Amino acid sequence: MIARLQGARQRPATGTLLPHQKGSSMSAPTAAIRAGATRRTAGASRASRRKSWRGFGYALPNALFVIGLFVLPLLLVLQMSASRWPLLSGNQGWNFPANFTKAVTHRLFADSVVFTLKYTLLATVLLILIGLGLGLLVQESSRWKGFLRTSILLPSALGLASASLLFYVLYSPIAGPFAETMQSLGISFLGTPTMALLSTTFLIVWRYAGFYMLLMLVGLQGIPSDVFEAARTDGASVWQTFRHITLPLLKPTLALTTVMCVTGSLLAFEQFYILTKGGPDNSTITVVQLIYSVAFQGQNDLGVAGALSVIALIALVVINAVQLRAFAKDKDE
Amino acid sequence: MATLTSNPTVRRRRPTPLLRGVVRTPYYVLTGGLAVLFLFPLLWTTVASVSPRAGTAQSEGFGFANYVTLANYQAGIWTYLYNSAFVSLLTVALTLLISGLGGYAFARFSFPGKDALFMVTLAILMVPYATLLIPLYVLLTRVGLQNSLVGVALVLTMFQLPFSIFMMRVSFESVPKELDEAALVDGCSSFAVLWRVLLPAVKPGLITVGLFAFLAAWNDFMAPLILINDSNRMTLPLAIANLRVQVQGIVDYGATEAGVVILALPCCILFLLLQRHYVRGFMSGALKG
Repeated sequence: MIARLQGARQRPATGTLLPHQKGSSMSAPTAAIRAGATRRTAGASRASRRKSWRGFGYALPNALFVIGLFVLPLLLVLQMSASRWPLLSGNQGWNFPANFTKAVTHRLFADSVVFTLKYTLLATVLLILIGLGLGLLVQESSRWKGFLRTSILLPSALGLASASLLFYVLYSPIAGPFAETMQSLGISFLGTPTMALLSTTFLIVWRYAGFYMLLMLVGLQGIPSDVFEAARTDGASVWQTFRHITLPLLKPTLALTTVMCVTGSLLAFEQFYILTKGGPDNSTITVVQLIYSVAFQGQNDLGVAGALSVIALIALVVINAVQLRAFAKDKDE
Repeated sequence: MATLTSNPTVRRRRPTPLLRGVVRTPYYVLTGGLAVLFLFPLLWTTVASVSPRAGTAQSEGFGFANYVTLANYQAGIWTYLYNSAFVSLLTVALTLLISGLGGYAFARFSFPGKDALFMVTLAILMVPYATLLIPLYVLLTRVGLQNSLVGVALVLTMFQLPFSIFMMRVSFESVPKELDEAALVDGCSSFAVLWRVLLPAVKPGLITVGLFAFLAAWNDFMAPLILINDSNRMTLPLAIANLRVQVQGIVDYGATEAGVVILALPCCILFLLLQRHYVRGFMSGALKG
């Protein structure tokens, strides 16, 4: 599904942004060479059969990796979810649907789902709005805007774990640069559930804003400039242009970024694992954190972790399908 | 960011009369503040890591005592640096090899199962990371690659494949077919065509794929967290994260800052050097959100 969206985005972007790929449509001299190529089709049948096995050979490493490290684990997680499977003693046989019952009745299941959804909503709204705002802000080219783009984009080169560690120190009530100010105000960055959520979301916005700014820029540059010129000739205001031209034409980009942001946020792990460790009072435990802790911390139950994984996987596919459908429907109207 | 800035149509499309004249100063103050907001955390950490602070190794004056603490931490920073470098370079090498060959196959050949393989490769994106890591832990244990840096690199390579295969397929497809047909007529084998004719043409794509594979592997936290249990085989992010809970719950903030600087430095340098390739990666749909 993402692939389809990308395919749609790819083309307009290629023209403006990937100059080295422009050559894909060659014109005058190619006709002559093509004529030469058709002459060779006589012996093509044997050649193409050989060619097909060659192609298979070149794709073989990819196929081995995908089968061994993706398809097989996916099947295994299905088996795990329906089996009694303690971490240390391994598979103890089928027990469907016991793991699923245990998973949904886990004391942190409902809380983690609610928290993950809350965080996803907050992070997605903020990142899409800020990404769009920044994209519009740095759209024109100038030296200063180039510097702005680089500054905003730089955090996205950091790992999420590094960024989380960085903010762990920044937010620290002992070592952080705001420690004294916050103390005199009586606030702590990670002290209450609400503050912990907001502080972590701020870290995520800092880390990912440049990423979404860039995707918005690609979308904005994909809009043909004569549309804007026509609007200007008709005397449209800046707001009218944005509301009735930029936004509708940006819809495919907004769809892609929203789906990506929702997917990424639903799977949040590192930021909470490092920054809040799920605290205070287990208020910031995400679904993936719950899966990790059921599998490796204390409970050591791969069966229940597998059931949680399958639930997360199905939820993700459904949520993405619903979003894509909503965006597609919007487009038709 | 040359590719972005050199777009004349954008400049023509939106003239900026508003920004000229009186409005200019507040505009620069505002956007300057924005740049500071994004750069401040990195700059502060870098400065703080060499600044004096009670309770850290660097208690008086400026210096690199926090880095010395880090150097002597458990197995020593060099072990963790080596582990991280090993995993990252192996991931880059495998990703380049697989996506170089695979992109060629997808762009130039038709073979049984081609479309299915491509779709399944992209489907990796739709599956939660943690969902796969738990069964991978079991599978790698069976083949003796659990608690192994090679195992981590294999897993990280698999996670890079959707982006890399997609990117390399697009790169190969953008090279005119006539180029390799001419070489084939000259009697080159299909491998010679790939090696001598096409690889130079898709070099920008390879650099982008390699860069993303490096950044992903160098920074990855979850795969080593789940797959590695021997503290001598931990990668750098894991070691730095563990640093915090070392001595009776007392956090060595100085050493953590130093660790963050060491983690961030190669990423920032690579980003600034290869920004054009980094941006192109996002253009063709950078996928890990």
